Amino acid sequence: MSIILECNSLTKAFGKKRALSDISLNIEKGKIIGLLGPNGSGKTTFIKLLNGLLTPTSGEIRVSGIQPGIETKKIISYLPEKTYLNDWMRVHQIIELFCDFYEDFKPEKAYDMLKRLNINSNDRLKTMSKGTKEKVQLILVMSREAELYLLDEPIGGVDPAARDYILETIINNYSANSSIIISTHLISDIEKVLDHVIFIKDGQLVLTSSVDEIREENGKSVDGLFKEVFKC
Amino acid sequence: MSWNFKSDRPIYIQLIDQIEMMIFSGIYPPGSRLPSVRDMAQEAAVNPNTMQRALSKLEEDGLIITHRTSGRSITEDENMIKKAKTRLAQEQLSEFLANMQHLGFDRKEILSIISNMLEEMKI
Repeated sequence: MSIILECNSLTKAFGKKRALSDISLNIEKGKIIGLLGPNGSGKTTFIKLLNGLLTPTSGEIRVSGIQPGIETKKIISYLPEKTYLNDWMRVHQIIELFCDFYEDFKPEKAYDMLKRLNINSNDRLKTMSKGTKEKVQLILVMSREAELYLLDEPIGGVDPAARDYILETIINNYSANSSIIISTHLISDIEKVLDHVIFIKDGQLVLTSSVDEIREENGKSVDGLFKEVFKC
Repeated sequence: MSWNFKSDRPIYIQLIDQIEMMIFSGIYPPGSRLPSVRDMAQEAAVNPNTMQRALSKLEEDGLIITHRTSGRSITEDENMIKKAKTRLAQEQLSEFLANMQHLGFDRKEILSIISNMLEEMKI
């Protein structure tokens, strides 16, 4: 089985504060992985390290065998937690921008999804609600044929009906060659689509396990286990 | 057909139970073709790998046959389906009977309760 992601004693510190310490894990290709942890546990830091926006303080990361950099940006499709798109742009202009930027971007896929969610491609981002903006961004990210999708809180701001459609989109768009890492704390909503979960707490790896194993061994859902592990 | 999942058991096992039920109840008749893994996963809103795992198990049990080039279908062996159906009935009855014993009912009482219920429900 080939490995899409490899981390060895990955550590990231901001000054004296350790955001992530000593994370080691391997992830196989073709899986949907949930990166779960309470607020401030290091989820976003982890994702930013994977796509090269941050560099590790120590330890190493390999995505598809290579260190994060220009080459990995070609194979990683990243949904950041905050929007980075210019809000004066119209959706179709952003689609053109993405066509220029990414070889693997499929505009027809994007238009198809926009239509399903009733989003007009002539609208400017700044006229849209928070949830609609989030949908547009997710559509852009999922319209690439990437090897690894990194989705940082993809469903936080959208309504439950659109949430279902987004999960459906995620299931549909991923293939045996691609992997998806989703960070979220809305576990019960996405639990059914996950293969594997990674729990982190205070920057440390608490557990990595398959969803079925968790249910078999604990007799409870991932959501239930999460509440137990991270009880306040 | 809607899919429902409880939180205390692995999803693939619940998928197996629900697909078996669809076979037994004739939603998927013997010999009929199954949709693709991806379509079934989408319909149930589960991970395709999980659906794959459930279908592989059903294949091991002989209820589903995989054709090398043309997807999957339900077995044409109605005897096999009947056996699996009977096995499911036995499982459920043994759980029921264990509960009844636990409540302190004897054989005669259990039988009379069941026959009264059958009368009432006109089965």
